[in-house]
Amino acid sequence: MNMLAPARKRLVVVGNGMAGIRAVEEILERAPHVFDVAVFGAEPHGNYNRILLSPVLAGEKSFADIVTHDRDWYDQRGIELIAGEAVVEIDRAARMVRGERGTSRRYDALLLATGSDPVILPVPGAELDGVVGFRGIADVEAMLAACADGGSAVVIGGGLLGLEAAHGLSRNGMDVTVLHLMPTLMERQLDPVSADMLRADLQARGMTVLTEANTAEIVGHDRVAGVRLADGRMLAADLVVMAVGIRPSATLARAAGLDVGRGIKVDDAMRTSDPAIWAVGECVEHRGALFGLVAPIWDMAKACAETMLGGDAAYVPGAVGTRLKVTGIDMFSAGEFLGDDGTEEIVFRDAARGVHKRLVLRGEKLTGVVLYGDAADSAWYFDLLKNGTDVSALRDGLVFGPAVAGAPAASVETLPDTAEICGCNGVPKGRILAAIAEHKLTTVDAVRARTKASASCGTCSSQVEALLKHALGAKFDATPKAKPVCKCTSLGHDAVRAEIRAGGLKTIPQVMRALDWHTDDGCASCRPALNYYLLCAWPGEYVDDAQSRFTNERMHANIQKDGTYSVVPRMWGGLTSAKELRAIADVVERYEIPTVKVTGGQRIDLLGVKREQLPDVWRDLNAAGMVSGHAYGKALRTVKTCVGSEWCRFGTQDSTGMGVALERMCWGSWTPHKVKLAVSGCPRNCAEATIKDFGVVAVESGWGLHAGGNGGIKVRVTDLIAKVSTELEVLEYCGAFLQLYREEAWYLERTAHWIERVGINAVRKRVVEDAEGRRALHARFLHAQSFVQEDPWAIEAARSERFSDLATVG
Amino acid sequence: MDGYFPQAWHDVGTIDDIPPQGARTVATARGQVAIFRTRDDAIFALDDRCPHKDGRLSQGIVHGHSVTCPLHNWVIGLADGRAAEPDEGCVRTIPVRLDGRRILIAVRV
Repeated sequence: MNMLAPARKRLVVVGNGMAGIRAVEEILERAPHVFDVAVFGAEPHGNYNRILLSPVLAGEKSFADIVTHDRDWYDQRGIELIAGEAVVEIDRAARMVRGERGTSRRYDALLLATGSDPVILPVPGAELDGVVGFRGIADVEAMLAACADGGSAVVIGGGLLGLEAAHGLSRNGMDVTVLHLMPTLMERQLDPVSADMLRADLQARGMTVLTEANTAEIVGHDRVAGVRLADGRMLAADLVVMAVGIRPSATLARAAGLDVGRGIKVDDAMRTSDPAIWAVGECVEHRGALFGLVAPIWDMAKACAETMLGGDAAYVPGAVGTRLKVTGIDMFSAGEFLGDDGTEEIVFRDAARGVHKRLVLRGEKLTGVVLYGDAADSAWYFDLLKNGTDVSALRDGLVFGPAVAGAPAASVETLPDTAEICGCNGVPKGRILAAIAEHKLTTVDAVRARTKASASCGTCSSQVEALLKHALGAKFDATPKAKPVCKCTSLGHDAVRAEIRAGGLKTIPQVMRALDWHTDDGCASCRPALNYYLLCAWPGEYVDDAQSRFTNERMHANIQKDGTYSVVPRMWGGLTSAKELRAIADVVERYEIPTVKVTGGQRIDLLGVKREQLPDVWRDLNAAGMVSGHAYGKALRTVKTCVGSEWCRFGTQDSTGMGVALERMCWGSWTPHKVKLAVSGCPRNCAEATIKDFGVVAVESGWGLHAGGNGGIKVRVTDLIAKVSTELEVLEYCGAFLQLYREEAWYLERTAHWIERVGINAVRKRVVEDAEGRRALHARFLHAQSFVQEDPWAIEAARSERFSDLATVG
Repeated sequence: MDGYFPQAWHDVGTIDDIPPQGARTVATARGQVAIFRTRDDAIFALDDRCPHKDGRLSQGIVHGHSVTCPLHNWVIGLADGRAAEPDEGCVRTIPVRLDGRRILIAVRV
């Protein structure tokens, strides 16, 4: 250490968010030793990526996933983090800031990055418990807590933030209504056509959307109970999310006497009216404009860093692109997407595929773009737009994207170095290539860690990968880095299964030893997965490990929220008899079972059975010839049928008989996730076979076979995989399909998700086109079945001691 | 713990009554107590109620010296009854010891 080094200057940052910390990073990158840095943050955390609160709410990411700077980051750079203490005063004369708990720090340079606050509508009831904004992790936690109790949520505001909140709440099981003041959703990003498509997509996901809905009052006593609209309509609500906009947090700056309009006024150098004070992010007003998206903030941080270090730089606002982070909805919008008298539009619409593209041209330049349903070419369009490229030569094919337009810049390799790859973090192609070369990066993760490209929303990951491939050439390892099974291993599901077969691994401890598990005996994620993989790999040989099964499968009954269980006997193809019904009635009375319910899978559910009663209930049901319905298992559940040609005047085939035959073949099989079948006797499809894992629909000439349906949170309709003429073929195709699913899907992956991942054509190829392969799959299925078709209730009822208390004390 | 009130050790069975990586329950005057046996044959006793939504911890998957609640996958430490981060909560632990292969727990009578 050079003892003669001049004392460092003191930089104090108010606001520990994305903008403030990005500015600090930009400063340290340019000059690591100029400033001693202290950061005040009102929230008690390190810094996290606020853009990703939506995926956290939707359950797609955890809070830990979105933390970008933990305590270590600050410590390693010698930055003092004063977290959980809001700044209450700036004394400009003394160049000192003071926190609410009395901590004060002197500064040579002060950076305000106080962000923004959600706008709370000035309606009666806005202060009630249960009314939240959507800005910080505390809001997300409040929403998730509300979701745990279920009920209805009203989201006020149909803009980007409101819709992401609505999606997240809906994914968490809330009944969601979106209220939007304007006639169409996201009117600042979408034209009316795409806004209507978005509305239809959201409603298909179970949300209700009310436009031109003016909130008059939030009603409730201590807690919110509902929302009343100006037209008198009342909506019940257990939770109200206000997402009508944000407002710069400028109170502190205003109190300090800085020049404040709607936000803290800054010049192009990001300086406020006090030359020792800079401001960046959503708290600022620059050339009369406010900011709510992340891309401009990165540019502000750069300009701020330069000028704070005495350099010369100017922040120039540029075009900004927007995406909605709602899983499965692909949209992009940028520029003047509505156009005016001086513009021309090119519109492409494929209603059946749900694709709408609108390009707005002013003279020879692209000045606005809206893509809905297919935003794969958004980077290309955005680049044309930002650079003001003359597109007249491309115009004929422009709307079909770079491949058809014959554009020279059709792929990421040919983009100029200035082209922005990651919009969230403002990373151009040139910086990614430089980082790959300088630091010898070989994986997307490494590029992400080094440059932040694809670190936020992740949509540009494939482009980052393409750049990596381009830069490394033959050295690029194309094997996708699979997601690990859980924290106990770095291997993905496919790798673990391959090792089990190749290495002849036959017990869970063997697998963990051979594959270097990080934990002694795994966790509640990997143990059930390994148990299933071993069971599937070594039929008849592997000894099932009850302690690695979820309680439902261990107890052969479904645990309910009060700790009691539910019991569902199998009803083959949905058929029952007087004898079975009498036995069920007797059991209900004998054991005082509180609730009897007919299920969606055409069976009868006995709810509220106490653990110690289970063996007796099973014994009595067994005595009447009934067996376990496996309603608790990652296993074959039901085969739902309609009455078919035996009774129905429309029926073309004996769907009930077909269903019984399928259930006889498949019952007892363990699968990666639950499996439901159905057989309909005619295309009217009363058994709803097209939302089942494997659905059979009779037609005059035979049977249509459908796969990969799901009626859960996200409805997926099956794909038709084949038409066959005989019952034996139905059985063979079904067995082959299930065996392929058993052997190749990941544990806890439903057929719908598996097919989405591997593609329906991969399944058709194995089950339909390759006749020999199909017969082999079917044979392996029957082989596995020969070991499992033994009623678990009969086995368990005989060893009933584990269902009772070990002892009674006192 | 039970403070002023006297406690006594009660013999509730043997370690062989519980499968490794498993649990059994004991009925007591203050509710169900779950007795866990881990893979390394350590014995722990906790109230059989998850601090989150009262899930029956005895029905969870036991791994290391932790159990994952069957209702919402909270991970509870068997030694201290604490929920692993990011969850927060704590379940009461009950003094337990082995006398040979016999299991003794201390509860108020």
